[in-house]
Amino acid sequence: MAQLAAVLGTGQTHHAAKRLDVSMAGLCREAVDRALIDAGVELADIDAIVLGKAPDLFEGVMMPELHLADALGATGKPLLRVHTAGSVGGSTAVVAASLVQAGIHRRVLAVAFEKQSESNAMWALSVPTPFVMPVHAGAGGYFAPHVRAYIRRAGAPEHIGALVAVKDRRNGARNPHAHLRQPDITLESVQASPMLWDPIRYDETCPSSDGAAAIVLGDETAARAAPGNVAWVHATAMRTEPTSFAGRDQVNPRAGQEAAAALWRQAGITDPLRQVDVAEIYVPFSWFEPMWLENLGFAEAGQGWKLTEAGETELAGRLPVNPSGGVLSTNPIGASGLLRFAEAARQVQGRAGAHQVEGARTAVGHAYGGGSQFFALWVVGADRPGD
Amino acid sequence: MPEVAVVGFAQSPAVRRTSASGNGVELLVPLFQQVYLDTGLSKQDIGFWCSGSSDYLAGRAFSFVSAVDAIGAFPPISESHVEMDAAWALYEAWVRLKLGEVDVALVYGFGKSSAGELRRVLALQLDPYLMTPLWPDSVSIAGLQARLGMAQGRWSERAMAEVAARSRADARDNPEAQLIGTPTIEELLDQPYLADPLRAHDCAPISDGAAVVVLAAGDRARELCPRPAWITGLEHRIDSGQLGARDLTAVPSAVAAARAAGSDGVQVAELHAPFTHQEILLRQQLGLDEARINPSGGVLAGNPMFAAGLARIGLAARHIHTGTADRVLAHATSGPCLQQNLVCVMGGED
Repeated sequence: MAQLAAVLGTGQTHHAAKRLDVSMAGLCREAVDRALIDAGVELADIDAIVLGKAPDLFEGVMMPELHLADALGATGKPLLRVHTAGSVGGSTAVVAASLVQAGIHRRVLAVAFEKQSESNAMWALSVPTPFVMPVHAGAGGYFAPHVRAYIRRAGAPEHIGALVAVKDRRNGARNPHAHLRQPDITLESVQASPMLWDPIRYDETCPSSDGAAAIVLGDETAARAAPGNVAWVHATAMRTEPTSFAGRDQVNPRAGQEAAAALWRQAGITDPLRQVDVAEIYVPFSWFEPMWLENLGFAEAGQGWKLTEAGETELAGRLPVNPSGGVLSTNPIGASGLLRFAEAARQVQGRAGAHQVEGARTAVGHAYGGGSQFFALWVVGADRPGD
Repeated sequence: MPEVAVVGFAQSPAVRRTSASGNGVELLVPLFQQVYLDTGLSKQDIGFWCSGSSDYLAGRAFSFVSAVDAIGAFPPISESHVEMDAAWALYEAWVRLKLGEVDVALVYGFGKSSAGELRRVLALQLDPYLMTPLWPDSVSIAGLQARLGMAQGRWSERAMAEVAARSRADARDNPEAQLIGTPTIEELLDQPYLADPLRAHDCAPISDGAAVVVLAAGDRARELCPRPAWITGLEHRIDSGQLGARDLTAVPSAVAAARAAGSDGVQVAELHAPFTHQEILLRQQLGLDEARINPSGGVLAGNPMFAAGLARIGLAARHIHTGTADRVLAHATSGPCLQQNLVCVMGGED
């Protein structure tokens, strides 16, 4: 890349099932204002805005960035609207970073939101279309067979998913922004929760949240002017494959493997488990933690669940995964990816508060979407690349 | 920073209705074949893919996901999507090429307006709390803009009809055009109003269609195209989404984009003006008195939503490719009353 880019600041809303106290504009602005304060800049310092969100049918508004232009501070400026399904929050950060890396802008604001209470995501996912498999059971019904296939293929014990749920919800209790905060959750309580889509239980699923996230990215000059630590962007990657074709591996998709390989190569990382200090991975259903640990190359195929079972993904483990509580604690769909990217940045900036991983210097943000077919990733570090 | 050029372009015929699905696959596959044939490229040569489309136009969530099937995206590809006209997808691809990691990008856009009632669908782009519940449709809103300009003496119904007549006459040489003909101004002015002061000829037709543009960087562009259309300026801006908060007879976002892109001295301009008065407004605001406007017939001769802006860039680039111009401008718009605007200025090397 031509220029270096860094995260100058991040912001996110309070997340809840229904944020009836704010409009979409108010929701976005809550995250934007916090990010600007965190970055020590004002809207006037922002050269361009990139907005991400998942399908417009989730709010019932076509291209909401148009009516949000004023609230986003975009009026008179360039505004891009990214939509890459569930990976969109990650893609939004990647596109914003590329605008800085290409030397086009000095400071770019990435914003992502979802106000799911405005509409009904299950309905939006279930519009009947000819020749397309309907997802009337929602995302959980779609992904449950993939999880079942993983359990069989890896020979994983049935309680691994519940372990992830307990860890992420307890982590979420340390995060004042999290939607679900359940410090007292236990393995037994998760296993006693209703089975929704076998083998996925109620407590192993993400909530439906209203929320927004924002990141201010800047070039080297802007990074030097930032009041606090910045998170340098060391690598970004995006990969796509089709939803379905004969022989497709939905459990360990090749697009995810290739995105990760490109990411590690760009970041100069040869042993991810050793060299990465913390990972914010898109885990909307608990079992996706071990699945993505393998897909990303943190573990060999079939071995990811062993890291989870050994407690290595807990806050004090070898590779803390989702110290923020992750998607299992907070899921404004379009913003969930940007939250992962922002939380990764906060960790290496040393600003993660009660869910800070001690001494974190290299972090990964990850998002996926569609039928496990769109992947967006970045590596951020406390050290300037090349130093 | 490598220079980037348009080296390939294809668009489907704009038609009132296709039997193709809303996900664009049937529209896109022949266009991919066409640009592969024209450039000698194959799927494996494309380093980055980017598309523009709208779920609301297709009437379903994730319509762009199925469009990926048109590519044959395995092994996996590097790809992105904007929920905008694909002219903005071209912008994202241009940034990616500027980074120097890949040297060829393919951009596509598709829209099947016939899947719904377009003027009502577009009402969903307005402020959902205060405006959409009133269901002001896109043609009626444009009518308010046209009336404002007439009240200021900026244009007349006759001047608008002249734009329509010129567009349809020019479109006779455009094999992808939907509306062609040689109506007289009097014939047009005899027609009834659709949304006073707009008549049917003042409004772009409702079209299904798709467009594909291939971008390449540096020497790769020279290999692929005898006369690449080098992008010398590519800028976009947005104005307020509150219709009452902006002067609808001005387009500050288009003016700022054109100024930043360096629009002086262009010989041809392909303007994305879905209404006759908007072409006049853009011409006035961008100072395009010297340029030939919309020799393709413009979107008044065919307006595939979410592909039409990208097609302006492809059509303008063709003038460089064929040597009929040395410096051209393409414009794309989005949102009600020209709210969001992109300007792409291109030139030949020799």
